[in-house]
Amino acid sequence: MKRLLLSLVLVLPLLAGCTKKDNVITIGEYDSMTGSEATFGLSSNKGVRLAFDEINAAGGIKGKKIDLKAMDDQGKNEEAASAVTRLITSNKVVAIIGGVASGRSKAAAPIAQSHGVPFVSPASTNPDVTKIGDYVFRVCFIDPFQGAVMSKFSSETLKIKKAAVLRDVKNDYSVGLADAFVEDFKKRGGEIVSDLSYQSGDIDFKAQLTQIRSKNPEAIYVPGYYTEVGLIAQQARQLGIKVPLMGGDGWDSDKLSEIGKEAVNGNYYSNHYTTESTEPAVTEFIKKFKAKYNETPDALAALGYDAAKILAAAIERAPDLSGKAIRDELAKTKDFAGVTGKITLNENRDAVKSAVVIQVDGKNRKYISTVAP
Amino acid sequence: MQDFVQHLINGLSLGSIYALIALGYTMVYGILKMINFAHSDVYMVGAFAAYYVARWLGIDAQPGLPTLITLLIASMVVCSVLGLLIERLAYRPLRNSPKLNILITAIGVSLLLEYGGQVVFGADPKVFPEVMKDFVIFSAGGVELKSFDVTVLIVSLLAMLGLQFLIHKTKVGRAMRAVSSNISVASLMGVNPDRIIAFTFVIGSALAGVGSVLVGMKYPKIDPLMGMMIGLKAFVAAVLGGIGNVGGAVIGALIMGLSEEMVVGYLSSTYRDALAFGILILILIFRPAGILGKYSVEKV
Repeated sequence: MKRLLLSLVLVLPLLAGCTKKDNVITIGEYDSMTGSEATFGLSSNKGVRLAFDEINAAGGIKGKKIDLKAMDDQGKNEEAASAVTRLITSNKVVAIIGGVASGRSKAAAPIAQSHGVPFVSPASTNPDVTKIGDYVFRVCFIDPFQGAVMSKFSSETLKIKKAAVLRDVKNDYSVGLADAFVEDFKKRGGEIVSDLSYQSGDIDFKAQLTQIRSKNPEAIYVPGYYTEVGLIAQQARQLGIKVPLMGGDGWDSDKLSEIGKEAVNGNYYSNHYTTESTEPAVTEFIKKFKAKYNETPDALAALGYDAAKILAAAIERAPDLSGKAIRDELAKTKDFAGVTGKITLNENRDAVKSAVVIQVDGKNRKYISTVAP
Repeated sequence: MQDFVQHLINGLSLGSIYALIALGYTMVYGILKMINFAHSDVYMVGAFAAYYVARWLGIDAQPGLPTLITLLIASMVVCSVLGLLIERLAYRPLRNSPKLNILITAIGVSLLLEYGGQVVFGADPKVFPEVMKDFVIFSAGGVELKSFDVTVLIVSLLAMLGLQFLIHKTKVGRAMRAVSSNISVASLMGVNPDRIIAFTFVIGSALAGVGSVLVGMKYPKIDPLMGMMIGLKAFVAAVLGGIGNVGGAVIGALIMGLSEEMVVGYLSSTYRDALAFGILILILIFRPAGILGKYSVEKV
């Protein structure tokens, strides 16, 4: 009797799991909801939730409701890997919406690849991420493009000939952008007068900035994350460096202005979309996002939304819920009208689309120009 | 030349921050012969205390002297109480156990504060309130001396002088030295070692509180792991100067700050942290007692 009871106790949850699985589709998400890049993860998560809530309200996918399992990786690679393992092995998710930070995606995507679970990153821009395998996708452009965008912008629009680079050597993303910028800038006949580095977590950058100051560049490319960039901008202005700073989408956070105060104003960065756009897809998204969260969505929220919508569309088209079927449909994504532009996934599973250049102006972000690939 | 002077100023300013924290390590070591690895995390808690007090009082956007003083007091009080609690709950029960047990406990307390801090405060960085306006005190040939840099340097030198005075000229100081040289004999002479040790923790932790507000003023980004690296560097600085020696801690910290700055300025920033620990290794090989430390022969 005892043994029977015990086996019932063991089997019941499994049965419950089975019945539950029949009317919902479980999709996993992991992101940095806490840690030094928390605003990225939180924004992306809000975008994903908004997309799935909309789809559920409209009847779900294949008549089934989407059940989103979100996990926090605290901005740590090992946590990202364990979150994805848990999502796949215990939550039995059909697909994963992956990390924002490239480092986190590189740690987690191989696990999804080896289990044959489709993995869509909203914002990991490092080129190596999708090279992990044919189950790994992304809905954003890649670093070489983003670095080249700022190089093109600085030499064509700002007419800059001498630039300095300050990169975060601990951060794949920052190194990727810096390399792309340097290569493209030299190709355009510009000169890199100084190429220095720092490490995420540092708080004092005056030594590097003093050295940069002595080389008199006309602009400084700092493709790091907002946490350090805020401090770098402040210390640059304290040292009397007046030339513009430039960066990538890692700047896109309200905390940038909170940390850097007025020192970050007037500086430029490349981004995925602008809230000033008049495209109906964008205005509609901003309206819905504001209604739900009472705040203006940043680029990461828009990318999270697009990633979720593209994944949902692929699942809807797929003949069944197997990883292979969903993967094949994801790979066929073409001209998807997303908030961050028309998204086509190329043979490398990367999105091909244009970037915008934004100028920081207090809490506002001024749209400057669009750069096509 | 202009750059060199600028590097010099930057280095001294960074060194004076290390000094404020190194003083806390050196004080506790001087009295108890133990390294309080939780010291830099007390400093972290101090920064968060100031942050929350400023928000609670609504003075986080009102830079000025009253704000500075309020936050200094808040941070010092919270740090002192925390230091006292750590001493009472974690170290005092182990007072007569082997050194290694106390060291491991200190590391445990440190990790508890760091990761407990992530649970309580959240792991995302917070922006420290604007305490004072930074202004240029002196400017010549493109080299600028800012008020923050000078403030931190002066405060750490004052703290050093204050501690020297306390240790060498007051009755409590004499008791501290007595406890430092031999706890049991000191207690036979009518000194209450528990009280003196608790007092040491209060002073050391209050210094960490002062440090946290000054650092927050200069680098307005605080997070629960902010004490980790700065704590290790300050510890190396204390060893470099001669651990247990108050003047040595400040000298060691200034040397650390300057050499880090020069390494980043003239070589590469990747060597920054390697340098600190390289210095530690060299010091331990060639002059284990540190610059101002004295060799002591242990009688067995």
